[in-house]
Amino acid sequence: MNPNQITESFDVIVLGGGPAGLTAGIYLGRAKLKTLIINEGSVGGQMVLTHAIANYPGAKVDISGRDLSLDMKAQAKAFGCKIESNVEVTGIDLSGDQKLVEIDEDEVFSAKSVIIATGGTPRPMGVEGENKFKGSGVSYCATCDGDFFTDKKIIVVGGGNSALEEAVSLTQFASKVTVVHQFDHFQATEHAVRMAQENDKISFILESEIQRVLGDQAITGVEIMNMKTKERSIVSTNGIFVLIGYIANTASLPDSLALNARNEVIADETMATNIDGIFVAGDVREKRYRQITTAVSDGTIAALSAIEYIQS
Amino acid sequence: MLQTNLKHITTENEFSQAIANNENVMICCGRMGPMCLPVYDIMENLEEKYENVTFYDMAFDSPHAHVIRNHPKSAGFMGLPFTYYFKNGEAVEATSSIQSKKQVKDILDIHFA
Repeated sequence: MNPNQITESFDVIVLGGGPAGLTAGIYLGRAKLKTLIINEGSVGGQMVLTHAIANYPGAKVDISGRDLSLDMKAQAKAFGCKIESNVEVTGIDLSGDQKLVEIDEDEVFSAKSVIIATGGTPRPMGVEGENKFKGSGVSYCATCDGDFFTDKKIIVVGGGNSALEEAVSLTQFASKVTVVHQFDHFQATEHAVRMAQENDKISFILESEIQRVLGDQAITGVEIMNMKTKERSIVSTNGIFVLIGYIANTASLPDSLALNARNEVIADETMATNIDGIFVAGDVREKRYRQITTAVSDGTIAALSAIEYIQS
Repeated sequence: MLQTNLKHITTENEFSQAIANNENVMICCGRMGPMCLPVYDIMENLEEKYENVTFYDMAFDSPHAHVIRNHPKSAGFMGLPFTYYFKNGEAVEATSSIQSKKQVKDILDIHFA
């Protein structure tokens, strides 16, 4: 990355165009700071994965994640933010006073401050056969792909709210749903657990993990290991829905940025990281609760902190 | 009809015309769902760069979409969207489920360069 070939300079670059990044953009734009939002995927981040958002204050009932994303994007643009979507970040240098971000190995942008709001991506199982059957039996989105499994046997991996709620939802298509979870208890709410337990189509394999996905042209089963006894068994299935949370998108960030053991960015209450002028917001940050509302809160705080940093 | 800025294929006849009248064609057959939206966005983003490719979407639940749903290359597909790449009327590549911009570009570069 050549700092002498800077395409354009900004006050703040926001990495990520989910609710945290867009909110930061809205606040920065309103403060008349020249702001660039760089987004590697579609604007909205994981928010677009939600078909109906019922708990975002003030939004019309059951607004889709897509619509809320477009509203936030329009708001950020109205306040003057420039947005680069579907680009690849190919270089980041946060070491100097001018922070540099390269996209598509082509353009280099500089800024006095950077807000990292790169979010998370669905956590894969990381087992043999998973990649081979992505899109042909292994899915990370029950609402998208559920109807491909009509009258088929499926496995849902996970023990949180998403896993159990989607397991219940998938029973409208599948003939049988088996929930495989690594612990002997669930992280989901009591209500979600009860709904799943009361569903006749759902059975549970606890304290177990999938070791391999089996099949040639299509999935025929999985090899499961009991975590306590180490006993292995084969369970036949036509498909697997993997709903075991998210991993923070920090792989492309510089090593100098302080991360916790789960590779989430560590920050204080002002969203400041260990690097001067670098702030963090949203699901990529070390925190307990990950909601659209908490991402919006993070984005607000990060933007206000960046404004204060630049003005000081 | 899908709410995208892409050209839409809504009938079997339009599908036939699209792949007959254009040398390089990419068709994303899906819904307005979370795995499909990023692919539409990527296609809209690439339209300017790949002027030699004609980009279309097609609603997966339309009866006319059987031309994609039942295409031989769709065998085993169990994830939306179904994305097809046609060269001179022949399907040269097809993918199932969400794709990254790099994955789409790699296919375009291999088949339509």
